[in-house]
Amino acid sequence: MSFPLLTATAVVPAIGAIATAALPAAKRTAAKWLALLFSLLTFALALVVAFRFDPGAKGPFQLTESHAWIRDFGVRYELGVDGIAVALIALTALLVPFVILAGWHDADTLEEATPNRRWRPTQGFFALILAVEAMVVISFEATDVFLFYIFFEAMLIPMYFLIGGFGDRAGADGEERSAGRRSQAAVKFLLYNLAGGLIMLAAVIGLYAVTADQLGTGTFSLTQIVDARAAGQLDLGTTTERLLFLGFFFAFAVKAPLWPLHTWLPGAMSESTAPVAVLITAVVDKVGTFAMLRFCLQLFPQASSWATPVILILALISIVYGALLAVAQRDIKRLIAYASISHFGFIILGIFAMTSQGQGGATLYMVNHGISTAALMLVAGFLISRRGSRLIADFGGVQKVAPMLAGTFLIGGLATLSLPGLAPFVSEFLVLVGTFSRHPVIGVIATLGIVLAALYVLVLYQRTMTGPVKSEVSAMPDLRARELVVVAPLIALLLFLGVYPKPLTDLVNPAVEHTLSVVDKKDPKPTAQVNAVPGSGRTGHAASDQDVEAAK
Amino acid sequence: MSSVASVHSLWTAAAGAPGKIPGPHIEYAQLSPTLIVLGAAVLGIMIEAFVPRRSRYYSQLLLSLVALAAAFAAVIGLAAAGFGSSKAHVAAMGAVAVDGPALFLQGTILLVSLIAVFTFAERRLDPAAHGRHVDSFAAQPAAVPGGAAEQAAVKAGFTTTEVFPILLFAVGGMLIFPAANDLLTLFVALEVFSLPLYILCALARRQRLLSQESALKYFLLGAFSSAFLLFGVALLYGYAGTVTYAGIAEVVSDGAKQIDPALAGTMSNDALLLIGGALVLMGLLFKVGAVPFHMWTPDVYQGAPTPVTGFMAAATKVAAFGALLRVLYVVLPGMRWDWRPVMWGVAIITMLGGAIVAITQTDIKRLLAYSSIAHAGFILAGVIATSKDGVSSVLFYLGAYSFVTLGAFAVVTLVRDAGGEATQLSKWAGLGRRSPLVAAVFAVFLLAFAGIPLTSGFAGKFAVFKAAAQSGAGWLVVVGVISSAIAAFFYIRVIVVMFFNEPKAEGPTVAVPSPLTSTAIAVGVTATLVLGLAPQYFLDLAGHAGVFVR
Repeated sequence: MSFPLLTATAVVPAIGAIATAALPAAKRTAAKWLALLFSLLTFALALVVAFRFDPGAKGPFQLTESHAWIRDFGVRYELGVDGIAVALIALTALLVPFVILAGWHDADTLEEATPNRRWRPTQGFFALILAVEAMVVISFEATDVFLFYIFFEAMLIPMYFLIGGFGDRAGADGEERSAGRRSQAAVKFLLYNLAGGLIMLAAVIGLYAVTADQLGTGTFSLTQIVDARAAGQLDLGTTTERLLFLGFFFAFAVKAPLWPLHTWLPGAMSESTAPVAVLITAVVDKVGTFAMLRFCLQLFPQASSWATPVILILALISIVYGALLAVAQRDIKRLIAYASISHFGFIILGIFAMTSQGQGGATLYMVNHGISTAALMLVAGFLISRRGSRLIADFGGVQKVAPMLAGTFLIGGLATLSLPGLAPFVSEFLVLVGTFSRHPVIGVIATLGIVLAALYVLVLYQRTMTGPVKSEVSAMPDLRARELVVVAPLIALLLFLGVYPKPLTDLVNPAVEHTLSVVDKKDPKPTAQVNAVPGSGRTGHAASDQDVEAAK
Repeated sequence: MSSVASVHSLWTAAAGAPGKIPGPHIEYAQLSPTLIVLGAAVLGIMIEAFVPRRSRYYSQLLLSLVALAAAFAAVIGLAAAGFGSSKAHVAAMGAVAVDGPALFLQGTILLVSLIAVFTFAERRLDPAAHGRHVDSFAAQPAAVPGGAAEQAAVKAGFTTTEVFPILLFAVGGMLIFPAANDLLTLFVALEVFSLPLYILCALARRQRLLSQESALKYFLLGAFSSAFLLFGVALLYGYAGTVTYAGIAEVVSDGAKQIDPALAGTMSNDALLLIGGALVLMGLLFKVGAVPFHMWTPDVYQGAPTPVTGFMAAATKVAAFGALLRVLYVVLPGMRWDWRPVMWGVAIITMLGGAIVAITQTDIKRLLAYSSIAHAGFILAGVIATSKDGVSSVLFYLGAYSFVTLGAFAVVTLVRDAGGEATQLSKWAGLGRRSPLVAAVFAVFLLAFAGIPLTSGFAGKFAVFKAAAQSGAGWLVVVGVISSAIAAFFYIRVIVVMFFNEPKAEGPTVAVPSPLTSTAIAVGVTATLVLGLAPQYFLDLAGHAGVFVR
């Protein structure tokens, strides 16, 4: 038996969480360093996973592990990664050390009150972050639907305590009121996601019942179910497949979040501290879009095609609606939250465009959005903690006082609006091309999102950073060394992946091809009129190919 | 021969030839779990009568623990000897079944009771009265609340050690209840465990009027439901001419073989079967706490001393669901299509009703009461599956649920203010700041109730919903997950109150318990996590126990 690399990648942060939580109250600083150490160890392991992974190898999953777990439920402890999972695990493991560094002092304010001798908010904060990381990593690795579901649900609990227990104390009114709003946001987050998860539970049970009925023994193994379908042993039936698809998709759409299930995100992101907001949007939410690719499409290909038109429309609404609301925000963190909703619209659009560019672009988008939002949000967090306010109107002229801060904020913002040369441009472009080749009208409307992104990012920058220096801002210190360590690598990565995305695309593309082959979709041939070469006959061929697609 | 003479000859014949009427054949060894517990209960009464007051507490505690442990060992022994599977049969002249479900449920009840004894015996929580440690039970239950006699009893530092034998009697009845194999045994077992529970409910040391009110309500409604059950038994006898489960099942499926002349007018009359079956089910659903027979649950759970509530919520549910399973699977499988739609309806309104009404509760014990109603609904979903998987999923759920419940109520006993336990939810504000450990433990129990993965609650819920879905009740599962989502709201609200609300200045304190309650809570947490992370062994156990003997 080889070394269980994937298990180790998930277990290391889990051990880190326990070890951090176990430190006595006085060892506050040690807890921070310990958490950082474990997150770096996890990152090292994620890199090992990425290098051991061979994009060209046959078979959908690599580095697989499989052990019996709960036989009565047909559940196995099955792990395996494809290129998409490797990319997202690397993203998660990359971002968490930055989240920890950026949140270095987030729990310090809570240390002042010592209601009892066991009061250890610092230890709790960092332990919860590592716990979330462990659960996110294992849900990226799980190839057993049940195993995935367990951690998909369980990660809500540490996340909930992170949102509800630790705020940025930058609300417009007193701490009493903002504590109330914070716990409200945490409850909303939990209830939305729990409701989504429970609907999914019904579908998970339904899936078991169907497989038990048709295969003799119930199973949750993704590979087994996909193989059985391909071999014709398993036929879900149209209605059942659609219902099960809806059950799964609902949970993922809440998590992602997709309009109209998005309303928990702005509250959760604005009430939590900036690093926790990054954890929500850049890490945890990715599980939702990832699961659409891995589970929705592969388990229920026909139903996915059936639901595509509606999902594309919803994604489109997300893009435009999120961007419009971002333009209208007065609160920096809420603005970034609505921008994220818009971007998740792009990701879902790319996934359900059912083209290789679209899905490849969506996967890249997940990674790039993680990095760019982390950069923007963390700098915004530094900004907010300096001023003690989240309102855009409370800032002005910051670039004269703190040029480094303003500069990094600008780059994060430009990445968010997908400026060419920065990483998100590549992915957004791919998503739009992929969508356009199959659904031209939707592709055209989606470009509106880019225009609006330019509006909300640039207006935000202009109002906060330029203009006359406000008196409250005049003494604002520039980025400290710790903060630079957080921001600089993220920006370097944005630039690097913007110019040279090949390592990532090489990693992702085979997995996308595999997914598309399971869904049984081919890329549409280009249908442009090639009149310059008369009599080539290519247009006619392409048209018939599209007809074949349409007939499906 | 005149009738007098015939009776006389019977009399003399019996007296003259003692071998003619055979003595009943009783398999004492196979009934040993029940016999040990009931014997210990009688012994406990003797201790009350003859042992000096100062040493009663320790002797009662020791006796109860030894008896329950011995009975549990006997259950294990019977299961190891194969009575749970190959040697399963009906003992005591057809009155009691010794089979897998019976032994599994008896084992669960005994373990639960063993833990419950720990919480009953806790004497560190209440402040010492006149230099003596006291427990949760009234100094002298017979004294009028607030009267002179009560004051004298309190001053003298009396404690109610009778609770231990009363508890043992209840446990004895609960052991027979799920094993009863004829309707009369069922009824007798019901009364044997109900009457001690009525008494236990009335014994609270604090808030005695509330406690007595709850006992009276429980008694009156319980008497009603017993009457329904008994009437149903009578009707079923009229229908089948017998009260044994197997006999009735035979008549239901094949019709009566021979008509008893005395019952010629009623036998095989389906109206009697339907009405009788419905009345018996009503009696059982009352004990289970299913809507619309749940009205007693919140009042009784709130008023009873909290250790009793925990015991009742866990053990009664196990015993009652065991009996319900046996009646539905052994007596009435032939009319599955008659009772299933009704039970679907009951399960749906129980799940939704419990979850919805729980949202508005402001008292933690009432909240847990409504939560127990919702859980009864979830378990019913497994009961309705009418498959082997259904039985074993219900068995597993009962085991998982009862430890969570016991643990949760044990935590409730710790949070106290000047008036005793502080069960008002608003008083729990900021508990997570004051005593993070207790709050965290309670949060684990709440998450298990809510069915969050990695806890036993999730494994149990998954098992029953899976069984329901496989039996074709997909919509029941959908209703189940929707009510789970509703229920999650109020469990989470408690967590919010504990962790995210500011503590109040005059808030309650968390008492430091003796090792007794600590053990109970630790066992609850351990069982919750172990059954959540590695449930396979226990699922196997429940799976092997999934077949009823007929």
